[in-house]
Amino acid sequence: MSGLAVFLGAALGFAAVRFKVHEDPIVEQIDAILPQTQCGQCGFPGCKPYATAIANGDAEINQCPPGGEDGIHKLAELLGVEFKPLNAEHGEPKPKSVAVIDETTCIGCTLCIQACPVDAILGAAKQMHTIIAPECTGCELCVAPCPVDCISMAPIAEDVASWKWKYPVIKLKVA
Amino acid sequence: MTRQLYEFNGGVHPEGHKHASTSRPIGIAPLPSVLIVPLRQHIGQPAKPVVAVGEQVLKGQMIGQADGYVSVAVHAPTSGTVTDIAHHVVAHPSGLTDLCVTITPDGADRWIEHSALDYRNMDASHLRNLLRELGIAGLGGAVFPSFIKLNPGATQKVPTLILNGGECEPWITCDDMLMRERATDILAGAAVMRHMLNSDEVLVGIEDNKPEAIAAMQAAASQCDFAVEVVAVPTLYPGGGAKQLIKTLTGKEVPSGGRSTDIGVATFNIGTAYSLHRAVNHGEPLISRIVTITGNVHRPQNFEVLVGTPLTELVRLTGATRDDTSGYVMGGPMMGFDLTSTEVPMVKATNCILVKSPALFPPAPPAMPCIRCGRCAQACPADLQPQELYWFARAKNFGKTQEYNLFDCIECGCCSYVCPSHIPLVQYYRYAKSEIWAKEKDKKAADLARDRHEFRQLRIEREQQERAAKLALKASAKLAEATTDKPADADAAKKAAIQAAIARAKEKKDDVAPRNVDNLPPEKLQEIADIEARRAKIRAMAQDTVEK
Repeated sequence: MSGLAVFLGAALGFAAVRFKVHEDPIVEQIDAILPQTQCGQCGFPGCKPYATAIANGDAEINQCPPGGEDGIHKLAELLGVEFKPLNAEHGEPKPKSVAVIDETTCIGCTLCIQACPVDAILGAAKQMHTIIAPECTGCELCVAPCPVDCISMAPIAEDVASWKWKYPVIKLKVA
Repeated sequence: MTRQLYEFNGGVHPEGHKHASTSRPIGIAPLPSVLIVPLRQHIGQPAKPVVAVGEQVLKGQMIGQADGYVSVAVHAPTSGTVTDIAHHVVAHPSGLTDLCVTITPDGADRWIEHSALDYRNMDASHLRNLLRELGIAGLGGAVFPSFIKLNPGATQKVPTLILNGGECEPWITCDDMLMRERATDILAGAAVMRHMLNSDEVLVGIEDNKPEAIAAMQAAASQCDFAVEVVAVPTLYPGGGAKQLIKTLTGKEVPSGGRSTDIGVATFNIGTAYSLHRAVNHGEPLISRIVTITGNVHRPQNFEVLVGTPLTELVRLTGATRDDTSGYVMGGPMMGFDLTSTEVPMVKATNCILVKSPALFPPAPPAMPCIRCGRCAQACPADLQPQELYWFARAKNFGKTQEYNLFDCIECGCCSYVCPSHIPLVQYYRYAKSEIWAKEKDKKAADLARDRHEFRQLRIEREQQERAAKLALKASAKLAEATTDKPADADAAKKAAIQAAIARAKEKKDDVAPRNVDNLPPEKLQEIADIEARRAKIRAMAQDTVEK
């Protein structure tokens, strides 16, 4: 009996070290649902802090406009809470867009580079800046700091590669 | 020579309508007034334009360079002038525009210099690269870059090579006519494939509703220097699907989510074999293909058509437009899609232009609710449960559709064909597939953004730490300087160094004699000497102050 107890104790001790969970898995799970725009519209400085706040019960699940209703549904399902419509205080969902720098107006002040949360702007002091479009999340954080207002948001147009088949609209036979 | 054949489950027998376009030989389409060549004609990355507006191009000259691994080049179909590189409506179910190079032909049809490739004595990867630059892609429908499929992989061997002459879709006869008229060339292409894949056996699968093609291929096979087995397979739609033909000929099934090379089989459309022959044995890039123009036209026929030919100019070859023409389909009635514009150019994927009329293609009757009859499941050649996929796709439960192997669906349309309620089942599957793809793309973008954001946070933190460390180092150095005494002879050493430098400079100056004093009168020389003396005095005074 005591041998078994020692064995089980050792096994549990080993498991505690071997399978140690370093981070709160629920934060990771919430973070996986969030769109990673890093726009801060939720009131937190990025998606991970917002995920942490949700996990700690400091934030509601309806504060993420880029995630939209779809994201709220997923969060509600994950956390076992009621769905809430998006809180308009934090903004409205917008079509996905990318920032565009008007390169003739840009003075090379680097303020937008410092604002970009995903390092998607290329440039140097007194040199023209440009957006790395495939890496831009459309967070709009670079728009406000620009002293010459040369950054605008362009909605991503649908092209042959991104086009999706539509949900079939079929006429049902009326008896 | 009878080979044991196997059966795949399901399939349907739609009416063939093949005879309509097989009574005339393959015609050569005349040079159109303009050629609009899309840069995205294959699966994967579109080609990158390498010509400029106004540039003169020759027939076969590369106008779009392969960009990325899954990509092939695009070439000028004739000689002429590049008049535009812009978005133009293309043959796509969306009806959207895509980047195209517009060429106005000069009428000379002048070829660029080209020659046959010595493929037998060539490095395999170099040969594949050349095929990529010659724009060779599968002509059966998927337009997958052929050079990737012609890589035998780690085993250096794909034992079975199948040429797909199934052509099971109703109305389409381009492969049939190509086999009847150019069988030897097709097998010449097969010889290249066999060489590249190191295959043991070469099979040609042809549906038994094409006896002329079978006879022509058999005749060519008997002249061939390697064994080719031409096999007549039962006519059953979609028997020309790659997976279905492999099952019929070998009894092997391609695993779900896998590729045919996993089971040692490579399948190519016979049109691809023909274009491979043109590329390797003549050095010609893929700039033309056989297109069936049939349906509601006066003279249905197959034409050898240049890529980029506008639809209207092509359809005109079969006679004046009939009054009851209601639209155009690219491909066949089972898997084709409606073209939204008559301005779309022909591409490498265009096997057939089917002209519609209400009489030939009456509008689909209104859909009625699913009555759970299960006929779709019986007809499905991919052994799926179409009714379940339908429910889940309709309910937007995409996770479940994937559990039911939605991505094994080949969109053949058998389920919709047999559905007594006329439900457009394939539309639901296409919808579900594209939603799933879009979600995966979003997820990838989100993962990239997360990585980049986390790296940025890390970098900012590291920079802060580095700055703090630097400041600390500076502060401690200052502190150390303040506490320790200065060495007494430091100043003296400095002074000595300055003295040495001055002496060196003086020496240098004295060495250089002015060159403009040679022919001067003595009084002038005296004047200069006086000035020099004054200068020397001043210099000596200045030196004294420095020394003090």
